[in-house]
Amino acid sequence: MIAFLIRRLTQSGLVLLVMSLLVFIGVFAIGNPVDILINPDADQEEIERAIKALGLDKPMWEQYWIFLVNALQGDLGRSFVFNIPALQLIWQRMPATLELAGFAMFLSIFLGIPLGMIAGLKPDSWVGRTIMSGSILGFSLPTFWVGLMMILLFAVYLGWLPASGRGETVDVFGVPVSFLTLNGLSHILLPAINLALFKLSLTIRLARAGTREAMLMDYVKFARAKGLSNARVIMVHVFKNIMIPVVTVLGLELGNVIAFSVVTETIFSWPGMGKLIIDSINVLDRPVIVAYLLMTVSMFIVINLVVDIIYSMLDPRVRLGDMKS
Amino acid sequence: MSQSQPTLQIEDLKTHFLTKAGDVKAVDGISFNVNKGEVLGLVGESGCGKSVTGFSIMGLIDHPGKIVGGRIIFNGTDLVGLAETEMRKIRGRKIALIFQDPMMTLNPVLRIDTQMIEAIQAHENVSRKVARLRARDALGQVGIPSPDERLRAYPHQFSGGMRQRVAIAIALLNKPDLIIADEPTTALDVTIQAQILYEAQKLCRDTGTAMIWITHDLTVVAGLADRICVMYAGRIVEKGGIDEVLDDPFHPYTYGLIGSVPSRNKRGSPLYQIPGMTPSLLKLGSGCAFRERCSRADEACKNMPQATKPKPGREVRCFHPHLETS
Repeated sequence: MIAFLIRRLTQSGLVLLVMSLLVFIGVFAIGNPVDILINPDADQEEIERAIKALGLDKPMWEQYWIFLVNALQGDLGRSFVFNIPALQLIWQRMPATLELAGFAMFLSIFLGIPLGMIAGLKPDSWVGRTIMSGSILGFSLPTFWVGLMMILLFAVYLGWLPASGRGETVDVFGVPVSFLTLNGLSHILLPAINLALFKLSLTIRLARAGTREAMLMDYVKFARAKGLSNARVIMVHVFKNIMIPVVTVLGLELGNVIAFSVVTETIFSWPGMGKLIIDSINVLDRPVIVAYLLMTVSMFIVINLVVDIIYSMLDPRVRLGDMKS
Repeated sequence: MSQSQPTLQIEDLKTHFLTKAGDVKAVDGISFNVNKGEVLGLVGESGCGKSVTGFSIMGLIDHPGKIVGGRIIFNGTDLVGLAETEMRKIRGRKIALIFQDPMMTLNPVLRIDTQMIEAIQAHENVSRKVARLRARDALGQVGIPSPDERLRAYPHQFSGGMRQRVAIAIALLNKPDLIIADEPTTALDVTIQAQILYEAQKLCRDTGTAMIWITHDLTVVAGLADRICVMYAGRIVEKGGIDEVLDDPFHPYTYGLIGSVPSRNKRGSPLYQIPGMTPSLLKLGSGCAFRERCSRADEACKNMPQATKPKPGREVRCFHPHLETS
């Protein structure tokens, strides 16, 4: 276990290094922030002063080196626009995104697994068929369109739920959260459902496929031959087996939900990281873009690690020490 | 319950699979008895309906299979049409099933103790602790060393033979009256097979448990069973005491089966094969299912032969049995 963690952390460091290089080259390719940031009426001297102040006069490799040295000290640069550390900017926005993503994941797990299991147990019934048809819709309809339609229906026509913002928040350990107030809950519901829709469909399909497969296995038949009740066979024998693929895929998807909730956040004006990155790309705020991408990569690394650990707890055949990477 | 009443009495059992392509008559009118402490060998090729017979008794036939006729009388109760809740009380407690592939029968993600304790607690209101002790004793009984430690292990930490022992231990947990063993030694090494056969036999003798040993391997039942039923295409074609049937088979199919077992005195000569293949259960005609492969078949075989009793304790379903050899 310790050896596994050390190996994994070393690899993670390498991934981050390579990633930072790629990102750095990438943002240079997008364009020169000076064109956007500096008032076009400014004189040459002023422009040069600004370039110097932002450190953009140095060659790229030197800028990268400075960035790297600072990054190792926990400093990912200051936002050109807000003039505060990029990391701090992201930290401020992160709780909103995490809350939205967490809520969406909660919905997709607690609705998806039972629905998928029902569909898997009764594949030919109308219930099973309805669930599966629904999941096809969830897969194929584009997120932004569903979001817009939801706003149109629930916010504009019916007026049941608000269309944008976080609503009232309560501080939990100094972090503002929405879902603990009724008003906040009404705000998070639409974006969370919108974000959850794809994952929900995915979970349903995984759970259904897993259930159908497990039901045919000898161990299920053997469990029934032991005289176990149907409830126990399904809730223990089948459930524990289908959790293996579900946890693996959902763990990876959690990273996706957090990193790419951009569309949902934009549509519902949810003040999270996704909206921040879109805004930053628009004004070529390099430090924020770089910091955001590095944060995302770190998040994926951590999530993968956690998934592997949970996976080893669910599936006794997997021992972390034997894993190569 | 009188002493003479058999543990299990199957009368004209018919289990059909109602598929879109037609009715598959996997089991089509079989009858046999199993007495207390007796081992009955149920022998036949793959797909002849032996396993379906076992699952029919357990009430565990997969959709679209259905028992369409006959009676399964177990300790005086007819299991056909019994409510699922009643059937569940019998499964695992009165009748236990051991499967063919020990690699597949234990749930890979649950510890052995979980899988054993739940089998006890499904039928009896006992504490985990008591159930655990019983599970440990059952493991010891089937010859698993240091059962206390092994209880905490997962199935993948056992070898195939050990897993089958665990499966047998689970079957024994509730001291059933009948054990249905569906090819339990097929996936095992010959040496392990011998050990398990020995233990199964000892168990039946000691506890009076009745056993149905389903297999395609005549050599396995030869040393184990008291009586034998030979199945072909969903019907029992021959029935009798094990030694009589093996020494002096009546039905041409049994004759062929015994002839195709390799043995030392047949060394050097090509092994006998029954010509042809098992017929598709979908396309069975009205006559004897074996007639296409049978050297003795004639016009008469286009009708279904009835079971006859050429000798006491023997039964055969054939118009032209090998009676002349006896």
